[in-house]
Amino acid sequence: MTKTYIRVLFICCAVCFFVSPCFSSTLDTFEGQSGTIKISGGTAHIPVMKEAAKRIITFNSDIQISIAGGGSGVGIKQVGEGLVDIGNSGRAPTDEEINKYQLKMFKWAIDGVGVVVNPKNNVKSLIKTQLVDIFSGKITNWKDLGGLDKTINVYTRDKASGTRAVFWKKALDKGEITDKANFVVSNGAMKSAISNDPYGIGYVSVGHIDESVAPVALDGVVPTLENVKQGKYKIARGLYSNTKGEPSGLTKKFIEYLFSNEGQQIAADKGFIPVK
Amino acid sequence: MKLVEHFAEKFFWFAAVLSLAVTILIFGFMVILGLPLFKGGQFFDLLSKPWLPDHDTLGIYPMIVGTLSISLLGLGFAFPLSLGCSAFISVLGPKGLSKILKKTVQLMTGIPTVIYGFVGIFLLVPIIREVFERGSGMCILSASFLLCILVCPTMILFFTDSFDQVPKSFLDAVDALGGNKAQKILYVILPYSWRGILTGLILALGRAMGDTMIALMVAGNAVALPDSVLDSARTLTAHIALVIAADFESLEFKTLFACGIILYLFTTVIALSVRSIESKPWRKK
Repeated sequence: MTKTYIRVLFICCAVCFFVSPCFSSTLDTFEGQSGTIKISGGTAHIPVMKEAAKRIITFNSDIQISIAGGGSGVGIKQVGEGLVDIGNSGRAPTDEEINKYQLKMFKWAIDGVGVVVNPKNNVKSLIKTQLVDIFSGKITNWKDLGGLDKTINVYTRDKASGTRAVFWKKALDKGEITDKANFVVSNGAMKSAISNDPYGIGYVSVGHIDESVAPVALDGVVPTLENVKQGKYKIARGLYSNTKGEPSGLTKKFIEYLFSNEGQQIAADKGFIPVK
Repeated sequence: MKLVEHFAEKFFWFAAVLSLAVTILIFGFMVILGLPLFKGGQFFDLLSKPWLPDHDTLGIYPMIVGTLSISLLGLGFAFPLSLGCSAFISVLGPKGLSKILKKTVQLMTGIPTVIYGFVGIFLLVPIIREVFERGSGMCILSASFLLCILVCPTMILFFTDSFDQVPKSFLDAVDALGGNKAQKILYVILPYSWRGILTGLILALGRAMGDTMIALMVAGNAVALPDSVLDSARTLTAHIALVIAADFESLEFKTLFACGIILYLFTTVIALSVRSIESKPWRKK
């Protein structure tokens, strides 16, 4: 396949399983259910989707949940065309998309989009005009920013990416992205590209930032969960799960689960800001 | 005719017609869906313009250059390597070692390209970046190294097969004249099996051009026209994979059919040239 598919298929997880008593009430709605839920789209959502799927399938092994990436555009399109049950997007679907597919959107967490560099890079702070110039290709060497005398390798995402859409709009003010930029296809791929390239710069969902990449402060504000939550870091967006029309059956239960205390806790654990 | 034979014949017919029909239908499909481009006269525009979606310029020239440079460079690395390997397997090497080498090569044909891409990102890309100190290491050179590994088995197997077809009496004659192994390869085997070598080369080129995963993972996918082998570049196949994810209705999506048609034409030309070589009678000396 041409896309990075992350497909989780947990079959028959446990002979004896353990469900923590305080959670059992939330997962109880999946009792006696069976069937499949197909999810695709936004790659920022994947850690949360995987964890939720794991817990549900551990509780009831008759349910199968498949999770694919592809980007927000793919998620919206596939759910609209009826190829999947839930299409995730890291941006709100446009009015056009909502009308065309009768989408119902559920915003279950808030996420930031942070600029990241390799941890070895000593440039850890930029002002907005510098960022715009780097991505448009005007600044091409790290030494102009106080770093080593090395060419800047710009990484960006393809058009299907909601992360790109939000970053482009809110961080670059819809400015140009240089045609010399390297393209990667998911938040995970961006992280591994930057962690491998000491002279690279890119952007990922704040929930994906860990020790393998270093966040860059923008106008003095570091992209952290705390700063996004307090509204100090402005490049933020909602994480949406979209369904075609009103969700029903297992899909409905899955979305309810995302909004339950447990689901919201998973979102928080994975580095996002719960909406409740 | 026995019933079984009757069915077998029908089945073979069916298989042949089906595969032919599918090939033609796919081409027809691409031409029909790409028709708006032909009608607007944009098709030839596309071939010479850069890809700047924000400025309504949707040319695929950089991708054509990317495809050609990566696949030809890869083939350039792979050809001498394969030729040497095949000579070793067929003539030079000791029997046991040759056999092991050939088995290994056969095994290599089955490795999915995504594995090469994956290994390339973590092993090759950092090396290229540090050695040449230019760019991110995701570039034409890295991708063509990996493509070289990808196409080598195809070529080696083809070459050894055609080397093995050299009549034994010819080889015995060389021995009788007191010729050494190198002379045997240079003056008898290579001139005799040039046709097999060419066929292997052309098939390998087709394989290199059609590969998607290696270029997508390792070549960097930048849309700028590359001006050195250390620049990031995008191939036609990777371009299709990247744009198809985004949209089904825009003009950008429609230009993908142009990419498809170009790729199709490339491979058709390659296949036809293989045919024309095969159909000519053996060269007599």
